[in-house]
Amino acid sequence: MSAVVEPLVVKAPRGPVATFCVRLIREKPLGAIGAAIFLLFLFCGVFADFLAPYGINQISPVNRLKPPSARFWLGTDHLGRDMLSRILYGAQLSVIIGFAAATLATLISVFLGIVTGYLGGKVDLIVQRLVDAWMSFPELIILIVVVSVLGPGMIQVIFVLGLTFGIGGSRIIRGAVVSVREQMYVHSAQSMGAGTPRILLQHILPNVLPPVIVLFTTRVGAVILVESGLSFLGFGVPPPAPTWGGMLSGTGRTYMYLAPWLALAPGLCLTMVVYGINVLGDAMRDLLDPRMRGGR
Amino acid sequence: MRAYVIRRLLALIPTLFFASVIVFVTVRMIPGDIIDMMIAQNDISANATSRAQLEAALGLDQPMHTQYVRWIGGILLRGDFGNSLWQEQSVIGEILSRLPTTFQLGTMALIVALVVAVPVGVWSAIRQDTWGDYLGRSFSILMLAVPGFWMGTIVMVFPAIWWGISPEVKFVPFREDPVGNMLQLALPAAILGTSLSAISMRMTRTMMLEVLRQDYVRTAWAKGMNESTVVVRHALRNALIPVVTLIGLQAPILIGGTVIMEQIFVIPGMGLMLLEAVSRRDYPIITGVFLIVGVAVVLINLIVDLSYGLLDPKVRYR
Repeated sequence: MSAVVEPLVVKAPRGPVATFCVRLIREKPLGAIGAAIFLLFLFCGVFADFLAPYGINQISPVNRLKPPSARFWLGTDHLGRDMLSRILYGAQLSVIIGFAAATLATLISVFLGIVTGYLGGKVDLIVQRLVDAWMSFPELIILIVVVSVLGPGMIQVIFVLGLTFGIGGSRIIRGAVVSVREQMYVHSAQSMGAGTPRILLQHILPNVLPPVIVLFTTRVGAVILVESGLSFLGFGVPPPAPTWGGMLSGTGRTYMYLAPWLALAPGLCLTMVVYGINVLGDAMRDLLDPRMRGGR
Repeated sequence: MRAYVIRRLLALIPTLFFASVIVFVTVRMIPGDIIDMMIAQNDISANATSRAQLEAALGLDQPMHTQYVRWIGGILLRGDFGNSLWQEQSVIGEILSRLPTTFQLGTMALIVALVVAVPVGVWSAIRQDTWGDYLGRSFSILMLAVPGFWMGTIVMVFPAIWWGISPEVKFVPFREDPVGNMLQLALPAAILGTSLSAISMRMTRTMMLEVLRQDYVRTAWAKGMNESTVVVRHALRNALIPVVTLIGLQAPILIGGTVIMEQIFVIPGMGLMLLEAVSRRDYPIITGVFLIVGVAVVLINLIVDLSYGLLDPKVRYR
């Protein structure tokens, strides 16, 4: 008996994460590229303080609007600030906002989705109408209105993005919960007298984890994209904070005609990061959760 | 069909009710010192407007539920959205004067999106796993990632640098010069439409792949019909229904996008109106635009749902 089992044990020592990574690289090369972009973005964001050659707001009037060179890799802006440094610190802001808002959004989605999906009935009906109503407002418009009331700032942006995406995403989790709810193991738990919180946490949650992980990943990208749009309109984190969206708007805009590199770098970074996350999300969806394949 | 329409209309009531509550509560989160800020920021009327007058104008001197009932009652019974705080004009009049431009921009963008999405999606599906398919899919997934405001910026900056061309900033109303107006909106609509096309294209492709494997499509092939008849008459018509649903789901994204395009290309639509109102803290206008946008999305989704029957006779309304 042991002679048969042994080679199997030796051959598969990987944990679920390692198995996933190997499958990602083997089966979804594009997804692996996305993961690499995502990791690079994380690295830049986390270590921006060490990587940036100059300070965020280090002004150098002599070096105004310098094109990209060996000294300033991405050129300088109208105040002589190094674009590379600002891009790196912008990555840091995007990482913070992206992860904080996506975490908040995922928690809200999971809470709403699990509770309404499992309980059903009147609670579900009322909450779903509320979600309907909420989803009929464009994120950007909700954000503009809330920021007009609360004033611009990072905390407001994180809070509202988290809430908005959280409520919208609860539909996806709810759908997954509804399909898990009628499984045999849930019924057995119920018949054994397990309480609702126990069933939700021990039986439902682990089984809807794949869509939750995919939701979180894609939300990071969506948050970064919407936040940049908001900063572009002047309602995000206020300047001089180097947000990628903010760099493309405001006073910098008037100088783009003289210094086109100002228009390129922030947009390219945004596109690359969001592209990477989307591709990674797609690959994860296919690998982790066959139910969501081909969906949004 | 009639019963279905009635039921669908009844279902609108809770959604619209919740939408109005969301609008109301969000804007009424105004912190106490906002009145001071409003007075400080708008020095033109600072002398004329006292604190108490402003609070009365915003209705803040009443309890919350009274404020809500009064506000929603005014809208439902008299179509009264209140007046702008700083300009003596009705909110609804201002919205109605701006709405057609945003509607036109949105419709043009939607047409661009479908004109790009459906053929590319169909091509991707009927030539699955060829280089054309890969190209189409890469394009769509890339378009999902390119921020519209960046594309708008690039389109403004680079032609100006290379060829000295820049889009006209002065807006041409449709009534004065329809052709000039359409040309002016073409660029923002194209940008908005291309980024919007990505999702619809993926959906078209997925649905086409599913439908092309159906028996009746095989039958059509077996009868010796040519490819275009099979694809367009048999497959596409059935594959399009979920794509149409998606248009309803994309309505919020579309309207959000028009705000950004109106800002970049200085188009005097509802989005620009909202941004101007926000910078002046003109809450009646903010509330009005917010509500109208929500109601518009709900109605678009209603129209989408009802239009199923026209596209697909198999759909029976019970």
